[in-house]
Amino acid sequence: MPSLTLPASGLYDEMFDAAAPRAHYAQYADWLNSQSDEALATRRNEADLLFRRYGITFSVCRDAYARDRQIPFDIIPRVLPASDWAVLERGLRQRMQALNAFLHDIYHTQDIVSAGVIPAEQVLGNPLYQVAMHGLALPNQVYAHVAGIDIIRHADGQFYVLEDNLCVPSGVSYMLESRKMMRRLFPELFTRMDIAPVEHYPNLLLQTLREASPVEQPTVVVLTPGRHNAAYFEHAFLARQMGVELVEGQDLLVKNDRVWMRTTAGLQGVDVIYRRIEEDFLDPLAGNPESLLGVPGLLSVYRKGQVALCNAPGTGVADDKSVYPFVPDMIRFYLSETPILNNVPTWQLRKPDDLAYALTRLPELVIKEVHGSGGYGMLIGPLASRSEIADFRQRILAKPAHYIAQPTLALSTCPTLVEAGIAPRHVDLRPFVLSGRDTRIVAGGLSRVALEAGSLVVNSSQGGGTKDTWIVENA
Amino acid sequence: MLSRTAANLYWMSRYLERAENLARVLDVSQSLALLKRSTHSDDMSAPLRLTDSEAEFAARHGEEINARTLWAFLGFSGHPASIHSCLLQARDNADAVRGALTGEMWENIHATWLGMQEAAQQPPADLARFGDWVRERSHLFRGITYGTIHRDDAYRFIRLGTFVERADNTARLLKLRYRHHRAGMADHYALVALLESVSAHDAYQSIYHDTVSAPKVAELLILNPDVPRSLAACFGEISQIVAQIAGPRGRNAKKLAAEMAAALMYGDIQDILAQGMQNYLHHFLGQTAELDALLHTAYMEAL
Repeated sequence: MPSLTLPASGLYDEMFDAAAPRAHYAQYADWLNSQSDEALATRRNEADLLFRRYGITFSVCRDAYARDRQIPFDIIPRVLPASDWAVLERGLRQRMQALNAFLHDIYHTQDIVSAGVIPAEQVLGNPLYQVAMHGLALPNQVYAHVAGIDIIRHADGQFYVLEDNLCVPSGVSYMLESRKMMRRLFPELFTRMDIAPVEHYPNLLLQTLREASPVEQPTVVVLTPGRHNAAYFEHAFLARQMGVELVEGQDLLVKNDRVWMRTTAGLQGVDVIYRRIEEDFLDPLAGNPESLLGVPGLLSVYRKGQVALCNAPGTGVADDKSVYPFVPDMIRFYLSETPILNNVPTWQLRKPDDLAYALTRLPELVIKEVHGSGGYGMLIGPLASRSEIADFRQRILAKPAHYIAQPTLALSTCPTLVEAGIAPRHVDLRPFVLSGRDTRIVAGGLSRVALEAGSLVVNSSQGGGTKDTWIVENA
Repeated sequence: MLSRTAANLYWMSRYLERAENLARVLDVSQSLALLKRSTHSDDMSAPLRLTDSEAEFAARHGEEINARTLWAFLGFSGHPASIHSCLLQARDNADAVRGALTGEMWENIHATWLGMQEAAQQPPADLARFGDWVRERSHLFRGITYGTIHRDDAYRFIRLGTFVERADNTARLLKLRYRHHRAGMADHYALVALLESVSAHDAYQSIYHDTVSAPKVAELLILNPDVPRSLAACFGEISQIVAQIAGPRGRNAKKLAAEMAAALMYGDIQDILAQGMQNYLHHFLGQTAELDALLHTAYMEAL
């Protein structure tokens, strides 16, 4: 039996209820009890070796040596019962339908603003609102074709949506590679347990991307900033899995109101671009003029409906942290439904009352920049030093509208293999939602884990690791 | 296929082939150094002359050339012509087109680079064995490519890179080591070194059953289509591969490749010797460079 540190009380642990494994972990716990520390260490080393051999990387800095650093992978799965997943899936579907309806609305008639559900300045005054998207008709009225919704489980055992990533969410390749690795390392568990497959994700993605174009048999490409981008591995992985070209800006050009790629046989037309570069860099004529990553003239062709971009430009306004508090209202407004997934209670510091409240409670709250991402530009009150809090107070007072505040959530923990054996570490969950003619979700997602004891930052750009996520039937 | 992809695949295999060839040349220099002392420095400097890096070597290691400093410089250093740099380039080109490679190909070339990194950080004691390793990795990659990738233009550009680099290397080595004016033992060893640098010593013996003579070596390495590293063998492949590349572009490249292949297939060693080996090889290398430029313009560069 491996050495095990049980979770602290007051937190929700995914595997243990006090000292006893939860029902959906029972089979896994039986198996784990039959293992030794050495056996687990061996498998972990094998996983590290294989990941290194495959060159599966996510790195912040890509010089010739450091760029081969791999994302830490934990061999203990995060297991969810199919009953929990069914609720999550319905909630995700609902949320993405509302968010896409919102995006369609704000770029057309703006009913939600005239109904007074969301203040005009939050939408129209948002720097991420793209005037150029106004009045464009998109197939199926879908703007965010690929979304990665960050979900956490709080101490109350409930799921909360932390963030809707609607621009260029990444991580799905780790979901797929983690699964491949787990199948290879623990085949016995896959025969013993009924684990929902995730491997068909690339097929669903291709189908979704194709539906973004009105063309019969559209040519799809994946647009990457290039091999120096931290997520390059994922771009190449998805292109290969879908059997489409992986292109860089320099491979594309605009001519006669169409987008073309330069091939060995001459120019070939492109109908759908799954763009994995930030919106601002897509077209140097429309966005950042310094950008060498984009394609000059791309957006004018896009506006003429001659090429599809996934996700559409201008989706950022819907996953902005200042708009986030309104998502439950969107669900009620567009779908006339009760929100299934919880939002985290949020104080909008642009409001004087919320600001006054938050300033008195900085040591207990999490403060986030409204346009920040990747875990940067945030303050976690309970973990911050006094001087950090004082510093943040000044930043908030200078520009209150740039910040929101949320209670510090006690992310659930999940047993994780660390130096001292198996110990609880905080995890979140990022399922991926595809929106085309239908909404498609594979059962599972990327579970990210904060490897340092007590840490709440799970972002891979800041040293978080990943876990395979198992949705199990009959639990 | 994307033009950039074609270029990356082509250069990936050129660099890998270059690393393999350099490992062979370094091995030969090392064994020559053990064999005889007399013409030592000339033979030892061959790898430096081949890679046009004598001055930089001297600046770093002085005038004295021995196997260890040669390996340090052309094997493990960051000099652009080193095996280390070639394998980095090969891997970087592969990384840029990961989507066009099979998983097994990528894993292999990536693992080669990881092995090279380790060796560069702590150069191995047994240099000959490291040379064997480099060659084996290259052979392995070619074998995996042959066994796993489907036969489309990606496969063709990979193969094209191999044979263009190989032809270029054989011609350069011939230019460097070929000697015909004297018949002393020094020349004998130089010719044997030349044959071994292109793994053709066994072929020579089984074809000619004779002592090593300069005209026969020239004939073997230039005109014999059955010797895998001869110019004729390389251009036999190149002209076939180029002809199969899809699309309307590249007529000039296809024409030149066919002409060069025909000239080798129907060539006569006496004509070449009459022209003078250095002249002939100079012209050949010029044509090969022109073919490379035509291939780039037709397929691999931005339109």
